[in-house]
Amino acid sequence: MTAAKTLKIGFGIVVIAALIIVPMNFNRYGLFILSQWAVMTIAAMGLNLTLGYAGQVSLAQGAFVGIGAYTAAIMTSSGLPLIGALGVAIVLCFAIGWILGYPALRVQHHYLAFVTLAFSTLAFLVFRNEDWLTKGIYGISNIPRPEIFGYPTRRPLPFYYVCLGSLGIVSLAVWWLIRSPWGRAFIALRENPVRALSLGIDTRRYTLMAFAIGSALGGVAGTLYAPLTQYVDPVPFHLSLSLDLLMMVIVGGSGFFFGPFLGAMIAVLLPEWLRFTQGYYLMLYAIAVILLLIYSPTGILGILDRYISERRTKAASALRAVAKAKLETAP
Amino acid sequence: MTAVLEVSNIRKSFGGITAVNGVSFDVQEGEILGLIGPNGCGKSTLFNCILGQLTPSAGEVKVDGKVVTGMRPSELNGLGVSRTFQLLQVFPKLSVRENLILAGQEHQGNMLSRLLGPSDAGLTEAANQMIGFFKLDHLADEPAGGLSYGQQKLLDAAMAFMGGPRLVLLDEPAGGVNLTMLADLKDRLAAINREKRATFVVIEHNMEFVMSLCTRVMVMAEGKVLAVGRPDEIRANPAVIEAYLGH
Repeated sequence: MTAAKTLKIGFGIVVIAALIIVPMNFNRYGLFILSQWAVMTIAAMGLNLTLGYAGQVSLAQGAFVGIGAYTAAIMTSSGLPLIGALGVAIVLCFAIGWILGYPALRVQHHYLAFVTLAFSTLAFLVFRNEDWLTKGIYGISNIPRPEIFGYPTRRPLPFYYVCLGSLGIVSLAVWWLIRSPWGRAFIALRENPVRALSLGIDTRRYTLMAFAIGSALGGVAGTLYAPLTQYVDPVPFHLSLSLDLLMMVIVGGSGFFFGPFLGAMIAVLLPEWLRFTQGYYLMLYAIAVILLLIYSPTGILGILDRYISERRTKAASALRAVAKAKLETAP
Repeated sequence: MTAVLEVSNIRKSFGGITAVNGVSFDVQEGEILGLIGPNGCGKSTLFNCILGQLTPSAGEVKVDGKVVTGMRPSELNGLGVSRTFQLLQVFPKLSVRENLILAGQEHQGNMLSRLLGPSDAGLTEAANQMIGFFKLDHLADEPAGGLSYGQQKLLDAAMAFMGGPRLVLLDEPAGGVNLTMLADLKDRLAAINREKRATFVVIEHNMEFVMSLCTRVMVMAEGKVLAVGRPDEIRANPAVIEAYLGH
């Protein structure tokens, strides 16, 4: 057990070190892709909280990334610091997410999906049509990148570290949340709301919280997205982004802490790796996802989880067999 | 003695069917009230009306003298009212210990302290004690879904006690539990009743279990109370024999 733990920690350190050191040699485009991975992972972690842990379907995560991105774009373009925009985006997305959670108290599953889908469309229309605020289809360009402790992050590598650092902070916060009693309450809400309620778990409040926190993380991702691309227009925040994020969560492994990391990696990096297949990429991706979901509806980490628990069961029954044999041969 | 639970004239209709038709009873502190009756006589519906899972069509429920009719189950749980369900309701993916911590955590601190405080809400010790009390020690770290049916039933009952409730409503705790485990369960319930002064209402079909555990028994038939009395009185009541116990 302790050996497994050491192995896990060692693996974690290697991955983190690699994420810091290896990109030093990357070109501008490679760094952009990797930064995008970090940003999308944050957004997917938010959705994983809402959907994976608390079991509330949402097709609106992309809209929250959009709200965060526009908040950052509008505020930093008028000279305000990014950290201020981050604060505003978190509060704004938290509040809107909370309100969006109310329908979830009445409807579930595909009905809830439709409610959030409607919100997603609404947000897109606001981004596109409210020219006075968002500059409509022309978008907002020349979004500045922030200075962190007086250190400019205009170049791709420093800004990649901003994204990676943010991902690190968000990961720690989410890890804390899901191992806290709240995380347990979210799981209870997903698995059996009636029983949860009878154990004193205020399912109403936890449902709203799951939506609000998940949406706030979408906002955090958006706040990084704007200075990353340095240009924000409505197109990237169309419904397809919400669907992409949903895909990341499900392919990676919904309800697993590391699911979003893996899911975002596949969704962001795989298209780059599969570039040589030219037009066939989406088809290959679609087939892979269909096969994955037939074989393992709980995503890639679901396969791993199953493998580990099977091994554990085998080990346990082997131990029992040995104990039994000893009992039988004992004089 | 004071009444922990007072139920007056509860009625619940589903469309044209009246499942519970004007039921009134009190449960005194420290009592174990058995609730028996044929299938479909409205026992579980009555439980659901008392506990806020269903809103009664008419009538009133008081806990410790306070009107709680129409309260949400989580609020009632906060007042020290706990329950088990007829069908198994443990969380299969969480370990036995995690199930018990979950069952007690909402009684610790407030939302904020539960977020910022320790992962176990300070309940590991209490959970371990409960595990020991229900003799589930060797299974503490197993996922609850891997336990046998009887063991899950024990866990289900144990979960109802984690918040230190004053009143516990148990819906068929003995159903599907083997004889050895049943004796254990009865023993544990009696001990909690004795030591913690916890009050129980128990729905059960196992007569031996009801008659030996309960201090008073209420019989329901067709949505109404047919008889109330000590176990020996109930056993001898001709109307009860006719409707339920058989000859």
